[in-house]
Amino acid sequence: MTDRRAAMSTPLTLCMGNQALAFGALKAGVAVVSGYPGTPSSEILETIAEQVGLHHLVELHVEWSTNEKAALEVGVGAAFAGARALVTMKQVGLNVASDALMSLPYLGVKGGLVLIVADDPGPISSQTEQDTRQFAAFAKVPVFDPATPEEAFAMVQDAFDLSERYATPVIVRPVTRVCHGTVPLDTDFVPTPRKASGFERGARWVVFPQRAFEGHREILERLPLIASEFSTSTFNTVSDTNPNAPAHLGIAAGGISYAYLHDALAALERRDADGFANGGDSRGAGGGLHGLGPLRLLKIGTPFPFPEARALEFLEGLSEVLVFEELEPVIERELLQLVGAHRLPTRILGKLTGHTVAAGENSVARIAEQLGAFCAVPASPQPIDVTPTNALAGAATGAGATTGAGAAGASAGAAAGAAATGAGGGDATTGASATPAPPELPPRPPVLCAGCPHRASFTAVKRALRGRKAVFGGDIGCYTLGNALPLDMVDTCLCMGAGFTIPQGMDRVEPDVCHLGFVGDSTFFASSLTGVVNAVYNRSRVTLCVLDNATTAMTGSQPHPGTGTRVCTGEALQSPTQGATAGREAQAQGTTGTRDTAPALSIPTILRALGVEQVAQVDPFELEKATEAVRTAVDFDGPSAIVFRAPCITVAPPKPQPTVAVDTCTNCMSCIRVLGCPALIVRAQQVTIDETLCYGCGLCVNICPFDAIAAPASADSAASANSASAADSAAPADSADDGRRDG
Amino acid sequence: MVERASENLDIVIAGVGGQGTVLASKLLAQAALLEGRMVRTAETIGMAQRGGSVLGHVRIGQAHAPHAPHAPHAPHAPHSSHAPLSPLVPQRTADVLIGFEPAETVRALGYLRDGGTVVTALQVLEPVSATLNGLPYDGNAEIAWLRALAAAPTGRRLGTLVTVDGAALCAELGSTRVLNVILLGAALSTGSIQLAPASLTRALRALIKPTYVTLNERALRRGMEATS
Repeated sequence: MTDRRAAMSTPLTLCMGNQALAFGALKAGVAVVSGYPGTPSSEILETIAEQVGLHHLVELHVEWSTNEKAALEVGVGAAFAGARALVTMKQVGLNVASDALMSLPYLGVKGGLVLIVADDPGPISSQTEQDTRQFAAFAKVPVFDPATPEEAFAMVQDAFDLSERYATPVIVRPVTRVCHGTVPLDTDFVPTPRKASGFERGARWVVFPQRAFEGHREILERLPLIASEFSTSTFNTVSDTNPNAPAHLGIAAGGISYAYLHDALAALERRDADGFANGGDSRGAGGGLHGLGPLRLLKIGTPFPFPEARALEFLEGLSEVLVFEELEPVIERELLQLVGAHRLPTRILGKLTGHTVAAGENSVARIAEQLGAFCAVPASPQPIDVTPTNALAGAATGAGATTGAGAAGASAGAAAGAAATGAGGGDATTGASATPAPPELPPRPPVLCAGCPHRASFTAVKRALRGRKAVFGGDIGCYTLGNALPLDMVDTCLCMGAGFTIPQGMDRVEPDVCHLGFVGDSTFFASSLTGVVNAVYNRSRVTLCVLDNATTAMTGSQPHPGTGTRVCTGEALQSPTQGATAGREAQAQGTTGTRDTAPALSIPTILRALGVEQVAQVDPFELEKATEAVRTAVDFDGPSAIVFRAPCITVAPPKPQPTVAVDTCTNCMSCIRVLGCPALIVRAQQVTIDETLCYGCGLCVNICPFDAIAAPASADSAASANSASAADSAAPADSADDGRRDG
Repeated sequence: MVERASENLDIVIAGVGGQGTVLASKLLAQAALLEGRMVRTAETIGMAQRGGSVLGHVRIGQAHAPHAPHAPHAPHAPHSSHAPLSPLVPQRTADVLIGFEPAETVRALGYLRDGGTVVTALQVLEPVSATLNGLPYDGNAEIAWLRALAAAPTGRRLGTLVTVDGAALCAELGSTRVLNVILLGAALSTGSIQLAPASLTRALRALIKPTYVTLNERALRRGMEATS
């Protein structure tokens, strides 16, 4: 980053919100950082690791932990020993870490302990729309909710300070749009991890019931003090759109909703200035915003403990308040409670009253619309759909028939609708008839990449079980996309680890059906070991399929205990590709790690050690062998396992591409119908391999019933890499990030 | 009044995961930053990116504050003087839509303001589902519809439409990976993006591996010529 900055004449660097969060922690002198990957949080820890390499910060420890619970407990240990510790995860990861989190405030901390828990309204890459603000209140842990990446940078620093002063863990909860938004930021400093004061033995660190009772009292004493401090914080502000006119209406907004509100107000004012202002009745004439009237605004950046004094200042003299926040009505409930306790005549409107949308993300348009309705002025010249939408609607069902118009979600419909009504530029009546109807767009749901080894594994299992009744448990990772047609190989998906335990329950109900569970390699270590022990102990007749692609693919290729690499040791300075390769080589050589290489835990060895008697490891691209291994496993009387081992295309170079022999190919479409590979396309009525997408996996060569797809004769390795930096060059790497937890 | 560009410049980039849209956003943002302007971007990075539809949002404001602001300041009227705080371009406000693929361009058209500029590649990427279902998709209907909108006598829904034969230009340049920079060049040449080409060139040098800088500089120039 420093080199790049030197090439520019500005002290500012473009930083993603996750980088801003990382730099905030570095600025605060963080000394121990742990986490588990999960979109949208993954780049926080990676940014810190990068800085460790850049500045050779040997005194700063960074690790990808096995799962979020381990990560939090590592952070707790560091904080008990007086260091500043940061723990990162996504919202569902907090569920895994919750056992530790719930007890922690009772003990408190010595060094500052900050958890960054990224929420995902939408949800865009998650299995829930849970709200960490509410989780924080449940755990009695203060929480910060940044509106922008700049604010996230500042908040992390304040969070460490608060954590240490009150000896409490603190949560910072950015949402996806903050994590993945980019802004210019001054990151030109050399991080200096704070020296830790060391662990001091004492009764306070042991959570006996007596300690829990005392701890509870300590919590109840400090929360009001923190709330009162929050009431003067610059993260929580009250302002008037027109300081010269008294406002009777108020708007409260939390986190990123405040940024949307800011832009919605700007848009509405611009519209007024443009003469868009209309004949609607304005309830408060004479305000700064002509149509809307004077408004008082409350920005909440620290929702728990709630800054009551600041909120009361805001409520003074208001008749109605509209609350904008994503997910749970946290601020709305706090205001309702305040109004009740103080017998104020203010009506609080929001999700609970149906005035704002209950699920999904907010947006400038949505807030402008609801703001207009609240102020009794038509807010917007175009209709805005306020029904909850999900940007990925249809994605989960992939190419299934149900996805017709839904796959690309909200924007598809919006495009058509907006274009159709918009030809008149504000005069919809003339435009609608003059504009031709928009074409029906092909849905484009996410799919497994061309060359993905999961496609081969799923194909092998499918072939092995042809004609037999089978149910496939799925888990969290890229391979959840195996749900899409034509693979259709994921029947259930609940949470990390459930891929192998749900089939165990099903098998008790329908023992005549073959039950298989698919988990990724990172998921295997994070959440599946207890499930394996459970199957062995209870003698379950289920088959575990570990899709070992040598990386945590969906979240951006992080190392895990099976890769033989860590995020921040000697190999941290290598690219992920080199790191993963080194790890695989180490494993192939049977070495369990050197000074510079982490031990590569062998999944088959672990499975055997846990008591699984039937364990096979296969290369899924050796289709016949893999298929046979599945048959053997499924017929085994007891728990069995197959480890499908082939690297993700993001950590392995492409191979020479096969070609379709036009003379032999009958265009029967078998390859396309069986594999659904994005590189297999029909061009000019001929099945063709798209040379920009094909990774040379060769799976289609084995599938073609007419042997019309030929493996390449010579090794003429392809693909000149793009232009960009590593994160952007190769096709799938453009996605650098992705997905839900795991791989 | 509708066509009056606000002092802020909103750009939406639409494409398919893997086409290089993220780099395109970064280049625009970097160029804006080099010109001393405030900029915010947001990307679709998530599950949708595995070959799915992706959007990039680039919001360029006026000069950024000399000291990077900590907390977002409380808004005081007039708000319009402020650069945007939120990362996503609202529906119907984008000044420019850069589409990497015909269906994706049309899918994102709702973001375009009335009278805005559309730059789109002509080459289609056939979704797996379309291949599977045997549904015809060649992009012709999408391009025809965009042309009809641009030519509509009654409306200014679409102000300027530029179509770019990205595949041909990529072939000419000898790389399939420079579509993003070609399209940026084409967008610059429309005059709808008030950034100096020199800033884009500097951004290329700042963000792209040295080995590929020359190729991408050529792609930028070729993209700019393609529309003249």
